[in-house]
Amino acid sequence: MMDATEREIANRRLVRKLLGVVAAACVFAFALVPLYDVICRVTGFNGKTGNAAAQVEHATRVDTSRWVTVEFVGNTMPGLSWEFHPRQSSVRVHPGQVELTSYFARNITNQPVAGQAVPSVSPGQAAQYFKKIECFCFQRQELKPGETKEMPLTFYVSPDLPENVQTITLSYAFYRAVQ
Amino acid sequence: MTTAAQAHEAHHDHHPTGIMRWLTTTNHKDIGTMYLVFALIMFMVGGAMALAVRAELFQPGMQLMRPEFFNQLIGVHALIMIFAALMPAATGFANWLIPLQIGAPDMALPRLNNWGFWLLPPAAILLTLPFILALFGIGDGAIATGWTFYAPLSVQEGIGVDFAIFAVHLLGISSVMGSINIIVTIFNMRAPGMTMMKLPLFAWGWLITAFLLIATIPVLAGAVTMLLTDRHFGTHFFNAAGGGDPILFQHLFWFFGHPEVYILLLPVWGFIPHILSAFSRKPTYGYKAQVYSFWAIGILSLVVWAHHVFTVGMPVPALLYFMYSTMSISLPLAVLFFCWIATMWRGAMSFETPMLFATGWIILFGIGGLTGLVLADVAADAQYHHSYFVVAHFHYTLFAGGMMGMMAGTYFWLPKMTGRMYSEKLGKLHFWLTAIAFNLTFMPQFFLGLAGMPRRIPDYALQFAEFNMISSIGAFILGLSQLIFVYNIVSCIRGQGEKAADKPWEGAEGLEWTLSSPPPYHSFTVQPVVK
Ligand SMILES: [Cu+2]
Repeated sequence: MMDATEREIANRRLVRKLLGVVAAACVFAFALVPLYDVICRVTGFNGKTGNAAAQVEHATRVDTSRWVTVEFVGNTMPGLSWEFHPRQSSVRVHPGQVELTSYFARNITNQPVAGQAVPSVSPGQAAQYFKKIECFCFQRQELKPGETKEMPLTFYVSPDLPENVQTITLSYAFYRAVQ
Repeated sequence: MTTAAQAHEAHHDHHPTGIMRWLTTTNHKDIGTMYLVFALIMFMVGGAMALAVRAELFQPGMQLMRPEFFNQLIGVHALIMIFAALMPAATGFANWLIPLQIGAPDMALPRLNNWGFWLLPPAAILLTLPFILALFGIGDGAIATGWTFYAPLSVQEGIGVDFAIFAVHLLGISSVMGSINIIVTIFNMRAPGMTMMKLPLFAWGWLITAFLLIATIPVLAGAVTMLLTDRHFGTHFFNAAGGGDPILFQHLFWFFGHPEVYILLLPVWGFIPHILSAFSRKPTYGYKAQVYSFWAIGILSLVVWAHHVFTVGMPVPALLYFMYSTMSISLPLAVLFFCWIATMWRGAMSFETPMLFATGWIILFGIGGLTGLVLADVAADAQYHHSYFVVAHFHYTLFAGGMMGMMAGTYFWLPKMTGRMYSEKLGKLHFWLTAIAFNLTFMPQFFLGLAGMPRRIPDYALQFAEFNMISSIGAFILGLSQLIFVYNIVSCIRGQGEKAADKPWEGAEGLEWTLSSPPPYHSFTVQPVVK
């Protein structure tokens, strides 16, 4: 059995350890933010495709034995008064084949507005095989009052795309850009 | 234990009286009492909000309130019931009982204990103040996102969200303090001979709850802090346009939110065996199996959270993982159910109020658990998600599994705490009214959910009218019958009713029953030795 001072010391030591657990849990909470991003990118959870340009060199091998349908969707989010839609609703491509398409955007307000497009791919497992070489989503886009703009997108589908995926849907949500 | 020492202590009872006694007390019984009284008051407040919700849902169409106000009521009802009623009730019992059950003179960190409690009233005020401010034209009322704070809605909403964020911070700090205190008490303050594997199951259940709390509350606090900075300081944790992701919030929230379910339930699973064994006049069946099941459930609960967001979009392997891991929790839970029933098996059972609540609890919590298995099924969940089926399910687990468990515990230990017997007749009446009205309220909600009625909507299609009417009638009976509970408690506190014996239940086991009823202000100043 412990006497009072021994117990006091033991209590303090244990409290310190437990506070350590609490601190670790706090760090963990904030570490989940980048961790979540990485997990989503690697596994394609959420259909995150990443907003950076892919290298073209992987695309040299074109798999002409397969066809993949790529569908395009575009939406504007509340707070952004733009007209925004794809020029083509879908395109059939061979994996590895570099393809160019575009979206159309028009600022219907009487003031300049900047927007940021956020891409998402479905099914989620196809996200990591959808490679964008050039995309209007890489930077924010600014439109003057009434201005219209063609927004180009150059992409290819990696030949490593799993066999069971025959259709990929690429969706852009256009947000009002934040300062 | 020498009664001479107790008498000596009682003689030296110097403590401030009146309000100062309660503000400055570091006595585990005083603090336990404050927690329990606070929980009871907030249970009535949260219940009143639920009744307002059910009154609006009595008939289709909008009768009593604006939809915004309805949304505020459901969110604040949940926050109050979870954080200000169930959790403080569990902490109150821990304060009262754990030192008595393990033969400790007090909690290990008495001053921290006092601070932990006094954070609660300000938090409760923060939660409800926006309602009152709105009456004076300040802000647009309390948080209206539901208790889950989902972004981006919570990023756009009014000041109610800020109030709720700060309330959650305070409540979180309070429960982390309480948890640290409980862990230290259980590890360092046990009486000689009270080994870990002799620890009463209530202490075991609370120990695991406390570990879950210190591991997950910081994640919730972190998530709502990110929300706060998104709202006011220009960060974009949950803002897709700024590179963030609103889905991240859901994962952070449920990383806390799922273990929270077991945080609420483990203390109840802890004290139900005490009651079952007392009224079956048999020792608890499968003590070790129950301890291991507690651990298994505690650990599993940390890795299954995404079953709350099946419909948000996940790859199939992730869906399968979260489905199977969630379902696997039912295995240790089935062990617990088996032990509870086996404890009663061939026992000399009698059905005083605590036992009525405990046995009714097994059945109703069982329904809650089984319907949880339905929701854990990815394919079925696609239909039931966000429907009244979910509402019915979690009320079977949290009202029946949580609150009714707390009521069983209250009736069981009330004579010990107050030294008076409650009215057995009223206690039984309270049980039957509660059990029947509870089913009347929530059973129809399963059918409403199956028929497709979405939750959190103040109006509904005409075909849902009958079930909603039954549910509302049940809710009002349920709410009003809790007044019997309050009456029973108040009359015990005021010293009405028969004097309670030191051990009012003949089959009860444990150190707390070796003390007088009520126990002396300072108990076990000389620690008992457990053989
Ligand atoms: Cu859960």
